[in-house]
Amino acid sequence: MFKWLHPLAKPETVYQLCGRLYPWLLTAALLLLLLGNIWGLAFTPPDYQQGDSYRIIHIHVPAAIMSMGAYSAMAIAAFVALVWQVKVAQWSVLAIAPIGAVYTAIALITGMAWGKPMWGTWWVWDARLTSELILLFLYLGVIALSGAFSDRQTGAKVASLLAVVGVINLPVIHFSVEWWNTLHQGASITKFAKPSIDPSMLWPLLISILAFKVLMLALICLRLRTAILVNEQHRPWVRAMAGDQ
Amino acid sequence: MQPRRQKRLLAVLTVVGLLTGAVAAMLYAMQQNIDLFYTPSQLVNGLGEKQTKPQPGQRLRIGGMVVTGSVKRDPDSLKVSFDLVDTGPIVTVTYEGILPDLFREGQGIVAQGVLLDATTVAATEVLAKHDEEYMPPEVAEALKGIKHVPPSRQVNQPDSGSY
Repeated sequence: MFKWLHPLAKPETVYQLCGRLYPWLLTAALLLLLLGNIWGLAFTPPDYQQGDSYRIIHIHVPAAIMSMGAYSAMAIAAFVALVWQVKVAQWSVLAIAPIGAVYTAIALITGMAWGKPMWGTWWVWDARLTSELILLFLYLGVIALSGAFSDRQTGAKVASLLAVVGVINLPVIHFSVEWWNTLHQGASITKFAKPSIDPSMLWPLLISILAFKVLMLALICLRLRTAILVNEQHRPWVRAMAGDQ
Repeated sequence: MQPRRQKRLLAVLTVVGLLTGAVAAMLYAMQQNIDLFYTPSQLVNGLGEKQTKPQPGQRLRIGGMVVTGSVKRDPDSLKVSFDLVDTGPIVTVTYEGILPDLFREGQGIVAQGVLLDATTVAATEVLAKHDEEYMPPEVAEALKGIKHVPPSRQVNQPDSGSY
């Protein structure tokens, strides 16, 4: 059943696959990012109550959604690394963590910049904001733990365990605005209901979300390739490649 | 599956399962503390099964809709008072300071302050809560009949357009 996954456990195959995907992903990401953000920031109509301030949604929401998407990807990789001890999965965890951390920081900072003019405060300790901050700390924890042991293998294992356990935070972030009363508003886009955002604003937002996703994939490819080279530097295939060039 | 992998799978799932249970229990126990604010009904009728009510003098946040026609401004200072409502009971909030741009009658508001008596809060901070609906001004006008003019534009240009 999982036969097609097996080649992906081999570092050399993943290295080449990432190398082939990276330019396409990066080009697509930049095009989508330009389209979505310019459309969203400059050409959508202003909001009826927030005026032009709401436009930051075209950066805030994609970054926030993908901060959670990156965490899911990292946790799955960590789970595979822990149970099946696949080296590539292990390196993926550490390749994804800093990207996810930056996405989370972007979501938090743009959220604060949005909160000040609209709510009247930079920060409030409501459930949504606090759980998103915890997500940032989880990312930083994974990065810190992986480097906290003199034995790299142990560090990577402990970091993976934290990454898997931290998954508990994802539903808490997602449902925080429904489970508790918060200053943060509910979700505008859900899978099952009609979006509560006008189509003229929704399309650039969806494109921006896709752009952030593709950009994340491109960056993961880049970082994973580096990680593979660093970890496999003494292997014959790396030496052969380095000798060829 | 190899027994070693099976063992690791079981170990990881156990750790995640137990921690999920612990976090769920913690969040359940702290349910009322995680809520950012009291709604007017919670303030008046009490919270949870025990109907615990906050005591006068307690610092708290109150959140609700500003009752239409209840906003009273002092002409000589920044003092303002308004009523908040959710599903029935009404709580009065007094405040001295600048209100957020989104403040208006019918808007969701979260005020932090001290409970003076059963239904009065002396606020030190008033925050505006907006909903998750975004639409252009023309659509809002057609759909909701809303013609929102931010306070900063209300004085100089009384009919300065649609938002």
